[in-house]
Amino acid sequence: MPGPTRRRALTAGAALAAAAGAAALLAPGASAAPHSHEGSLEPFDEVYKGRRIQGRPAAMDHGTGGHQHGHGGGYAVFVDGVQLHVMRNADGSWISVVSHYDPVTGPRAAARAAVDELQGATLLPFPAN
Amino acid sequence: MTVRKNQAALTADEKRRFVAAVIALKRDGRYDGFVRTHNAFIMSDTDDSERTGHRSPSFLPWHRRFLLDFERALQSVDPSVALPYWDWSADRTVRASLWAPDFLGGTGRASDGRVTDGPFAASAGDWPVNVRVDGRTYLRRSLGTGVRELPTRAEVDSVLGIATYDMAPWNSASDGFRNHLEGWRGVNLHNRVHVWVGGQMATGVSPNDPVFWLHHAFVDKLWAEWQRRHPQAVYLPGGGTPDVVDLNETMKPWNDVRPADLLDHTRFYTFDTQAA
Repeated sequence: MPGPTRRRALTAGAALAAAAGAAALLAPGASAAPHSHEGSLEPFDEVYKGRRIQGRPAAMDHGTGGHQHGHGGGYAVFVDGVQLHVMRNADGSWISVVSHYDPVTGPRAAARAAVDELQGATLLPFPAN
Repeated sequence: MTVRKNQAALTADEKRRFVAAVIALKRDGRYDGFVRTHNAFIMSDTDDSERTGHRSPSFLPWHRRFLLDFERALQSVDPSVALPYWDWSADRTVRASLWAPDFLGGTGRASDGRVTDGPFAASAGDWPVNVRVDGRTYLRRSLGTGVRELPTRAEVDSVLGIATYDMAPWNSASDGFRNHLEGWRGVNLHNRVHVWVGGQMATGVSPNDPVFWLHHAFVDKLWAEWQRRHPQAVYLPGGGTPDVVDLNETMKPWNDVRPADLLDHTRFYTFDTQAA
């Protein structure tokens, strides 16, 4: 396992709720299991630090421009409606284009890490210009 | 012959020339082409399909060629310039001269991560962040917050001791030298440095921060050190591997260079530490 990072520590279950205060409206299954397989990932939809983060299997994107290249294991993530490029690693961990070298437990954790990183900035549609 | 030096040993004039050449490439648009290329590969290299620049055996030769292209672009501006390397196992604090205002500038301010000193600070006017994944156009850093510690020399040595270059499945799950150096497995060297710097360096558009080149020049040097330590070791895989660049296969985006052509860095440059 890579050495622990503060971000990874913060996304470890109970610590997250403590760190984020009441910012996250936690839904059941707050973080995807580290070894979830393609297709078994549940959708999520929550407001985290004032921003709407959503995730769903790309198959649920009915012509909404969902990225179909499979980089996210067929899973699409959005921040305030803008798609965030995510990717599933072979060990079941996830990264996103704004936190590309620091794997987290699942797509929801990747979305939250992105909100943390953005500090309120608008995500731009990918690919980057 | 180009000699790549430890950034800590550069003279004031060498630093000035390096910075000026980097800013010249930014101004004429060539710099952002490198950022764009890197992000395209970061987003398309995946563990279960085609992978070339990252999470694969060609991580090292791909970045060697990428850095050669960048270094040659710098030399087209100023032939005296070579890429310096940052030994983050030695210069491991925010007080390193690397981060001084006469070189790369320091960490970002707490409120928004904005770098406020040095030649690449947005306020200096020479460093617009154009190839980006969000709305922010200023260089950002957060040294030592995403992860507290840079790798130590002992951790580097433990990775250099791994005798096999790479192993199946040839991706982020692999055992072997390449993946431990890249950092998806084990003590985590290369990836961790990106996280330690923070800001754009932690993203797919990491070459927006000029420290990208100094980081990768040291990763490249560690590959050379590993080769000297394991003279019998070879680049793997040797052939016939789907989605992966074998020893004698050409690499995108160049399509005219193979890992085999890049194994010996002395064809292109030497390091300041090499014994005469």
